[in-house]
Amino acid sequence: MSESPYEIIIGLEVHVQLATQTKLFCRCSTKYGAPPNTQTCPVCLAMPGTLPVMNRHAFELAMQTACALNLEIPRFTKWDRKNYYYPDLPKGYQISQYDLPMSQNGYLLISDPKGQFEPRKVRIIRAHLEEDAGKSMHDEAAGKADSRIDLNRTGTPLLEIVSEPDMRSPLEAKAYLTELKLILEYLGVSDCNMQEGSLRVDANVNLHLQTPEGKVATPIVEIKNMNSFRAVERAIAYEAERQYEVWQETKQKIGDVPKQTRGWDDQAQVTRGQRHKEESSDYRYFPEPDLAPVTTTEAEVAAVAASLCELPRQLRERLESQYKIPAYDADVIVNQGKKTVDYYESLAKLGGDGKLASNWVQQEVLRIQKERGIEIEAFPITAERLAGLVKAVAGKEIDGTRAKDVFAEMLDSGKTAADVMKEMGIEKVDDSELENLCRELLEANPKVVSDLKEGTLKAVGVLIGQAKKKNPNIDPGTFRQMCIDLATKM
Amino acid sequence: MSLIHASAAQLLTQLESGEITSVELTKACLAQIDAADKEVGAFLKVMTDSALEQAESVDARRKKGEKLGRLAGIPVAIKDLLCTKGEVTTCASKMLENFVPPYDATVITKLKAADAVLIGKTNMDEFAMGGSTENSALGKTRNPWNLKCVPGGSSGGAAACLAASMAPLSIGTDTGGSIRQPASFCGVVGLKPTYGVVSRYGLIAFASSLDQIGPMARSAEDTAILLEAIAGYDAKDSTSANVKTPAYSQSVKQPLKGLRLGVVKEHFGEGLDSEVEASVREAINVYKSLGATVTDVSLPHSKYGIAVYYIIAPSEASSNLARFDGAHYGHRCDEAKMLEQLAKERAALEASGDEKLLGGLDTSLVRMYRQSRAEGFGPEVKRRIMLGTYTLSAGYYDAYYLKALKVRRLIRQDYDAAFKNVDLVIGPTAPTPSFEAGTKTDDPLAMYLGDLYTVTANLAGIGGISLPCGFSKSGMPIGIQLQGPPLAEERLLQAAHMYQTATDWHERRPELS
Ligand SMILES: [Zn+2]
Repeated sequence: MSESPYEIIIGLEVHVQLATQTKLFCRCSTKYGAPPNTQTCPVCLAMPGTLPVMNRHAFELAMQTACALNLEIPRFTKWDRKNYYYPDLPKGYQISQYDLPMSQNGYLLISDPKGQFEPRKVRIIRAHLEEDAGKSMHDEAAGKADSRIDLNRTGTPLLEIVSEPDMRSPLEAKAYLTELKLILEYLGVSDCNMQEGSLRVDANVNLHLQTPEGKVATPIVEIKNMNSFRAVERAIAYEAERQYEVWQETKQKIGDVPKQTRGWDDQAQVTRGQRHKEESSDYRYFPEPDLAPVTTTEAEVAAVAASLCELPRQLRERLESQYKIPAYDADVIVNQGKKTVDYYESLAKLGGDGKLASNWVQQEVLRIQKERGIEIEAFPITAERLAGLVKAVAGKEIDGTRAKDVFAEMLDSGKTAADVMKEMGIEKVDDSELENLCRELLEANPKVVSDLKEGTLKAVGVLIGQAKKKNPNIDPGTFRQMCIDLATKM
Repeated sequence: MSLIHASAAQLLTQLESGEITSVELTKACLAQIDAADKEVGAFLKVMTDSALEQAESVDARRKKGEKLGRLAGIPVAIKDLLCTKGEVTTCASKMLENFVPPYDATVITKLKAADAVLIGKTNMDEFAMGGSTENSALGKTRNPWNLKCVPGGSSGGAAACLAASMAPLSIGTDTGGSIRQPASFCGVVGLKPTYGVVSRYGLIAFASSLDQIGPMARSAEDTAILLEAIAGYDAKDSTSANVKTPAYSQSVKQPLKGLRLGVVKEHFGEGLDSEVEASVREAINVYKSLGATVTDVSLPHSKYGIAVYYIIAPSEASSNLARFDGAHYGHRCDEAKMLEQLAKERAALEASGDEKLLGGLDTSLVRMYRQSRAEGFGPEVKRRIMLGTYTLSAGYYDAYYLKALKVRRLIRQDYDAAFKNVDLVIGPTAPTPSFEAGTKTDDPLAMYLGDLYTVTANLAGIGGISLPCGFSKSGMPIGIQLQGPPLAEERLLQAAHMYQTATDWHERRPELS
């Protein structure tokens, strides 16, 4: 790969919808997809006279996330109003957190098991709570330029996680998002559904270039509207190239022009400049007088930290050491989520072989899941039943090829491995029987014996074929070794 | 004594004994409103039908021997900024002229639970901004003691209806003195409770950190009865004080032995009307004669009260009133006309070729906001929104808002220090008695000074009460103010009652035609 003429500097802002039943400041449902304006009440409609009351559960979920992202949680945090006019913002301000966020100064470690980038610590500036706005729906197609507002979403709790610009490639940005999403899913603090807007990403991107005058930075561009991690990766890559071209043309440096906001057009695979928002950027933040500040004790934070489940990173390390599997395997399994890890662990424990269990999960279980488009919960063979098969393979009762036949038969029948093997007449051949077969075939093939004695080990192949015909249950590996051992002694 | 002049305490006894019915009482109040309110203008809306229905229902339930609420059958007037389900709630603004809330404010819920009869909605300064009720966009209220004079504000209607005997009890709100100052101007009692004692849920906010709902009545005892009905923790208001509500109506008659009063030095300086000063000094002597010890106290930062208030209150107001944007709540301009006008302006600019002006032309959305708000809000509200927007804007925030918050803390500390040595502080409620309507409307700053002695209680979050203590030579009432430490409402009411056992200022009534 030729040396890139620039370095890409990427910072990400991730809005996560917390998995609460109700909104941040009222008790309306946060369920997705209800008819417009059916999940509203005087409070989230900003009826004159109404007051917000904080949803404690949302704060707890935010604390869990903060602990998992190594963020400091101050003893005191408050709410602020961010004032601006927009039709989907019924109060005319958004309740958010400004100068005293509920958490700050954390980090997330990212790495790539394929080694495409060096492991990196991405610093997290802050994570703060805020309420979502509503949705404007513009019916311009009908020619009436009609606008409607759905306020079901207003007041939905969001955690905004802001990273430092510590990422240097689209791949790293994707890895950061993937790991972040995985953590949120393991914690159960969000369903992270990007289609439903539970996870929204804005990327701040610019370039550092080496010029004869020294290092220069291009103006920062914020990219919005990316609705998949793939889109994030592509949008950043596109934007980097675009900025490089603009740089060559204009030589504009950071500070020469105001920060620009561009939207990602997934159809056209380009970023496009967005119209300037119809508001000034002076949000006139000030402390929200309708809400009491939130205080937490050291003990509360410690309790939350202690209550966290095993996080992906710890889990990978444990799987590697406990089940003696390679980092790559642990990564694949952990990245499938908690349920798959549970499945794998049962399989490994009951089947008695961690690596075999890992192979079976990666090759067969994931293959079937993918073919059928199902989650691990819907996978038809329980870990207990599959463990029977893994055990048989580990105990050399059955070879890998035949095991796949057994697996196919087990899949939708509900039968155990033992039952299927019995039906197929598969049983372990005991050592004396195997030895007899071996001697019989060696005696009938003196040429093979002499070849083996001379060290031409591949000669044994003929015998394996003949043996399999006589007894399909023999384990080819064991048989092969036995023939070699016996022939050399003859 | 005629029903309309009687105290709520007396009326409750008479209702309970069956001597009178709620329907009789309600009709008497309605008749008085009919007779006098054309001139006084205390009410924006008289809820004749629902009030009579409510009264009938209370009477019927009483007959059946059902257990009734604390205010069963007593008419109560409501300042028109408390959301009342199904009733237009206007804040005396064109902006909300047609706003019908789908829910009740917590105070309304409590009054209904207490079986009070909601008799009507009273006039006020628009969005509670003002000191004379001259800023109402929907009607004029005059002082029952002299119809040329203002009733004070912003709870002008709430005070005037009591003085004119149209209702025995009324609910006001106080952001910088809006209960106490009109109480003083109208010769009635008004209590601003400690912040958090009464839920603000359903109070259309002016300045959230200062607003407090409070009881108004003609005696301290009645004030105690009403406060007991409306106070209490409310889970719907995060700033609500989670404390048990004392039995104010029971304790109000207990005299305070060894009451230590602090006379606020700063309240007797420049700007204090001499007649007011004389009456207040005389009231202090009454307290002395009742056994109270009186010492001087100093609230050195109180001189910054008005300045701090006029930074904090407009700041919060600018944000609280943003929801009245024509898109969600409140008046919306005539869109067709607005779009037509905008198109004209665009065409003119295009013809002129002035790209810069053209680029700065409103979008239709912005023009809709702009024009709706321009049409819906009155001048005082606009003035304060402008002030608040300015003081919160980047670059000025530290110099104004943040500094005001710091001084606010110092004001609270002054009180804390004073209350180490005295039980309550005492002084005038307002620097002058009521003045003639129209005399200060062109001078907002002069009007703002009317809150000089009251505003610090809001900034400190403590309680204060105003009671009648005399009259000027021209026959206008004068009020004295007592302020107490946080949650000292019982003490305030007891001290007020004590004074009223020794004086009869509160029993005087204006002569109305
Ligand atoms: Zn709601």
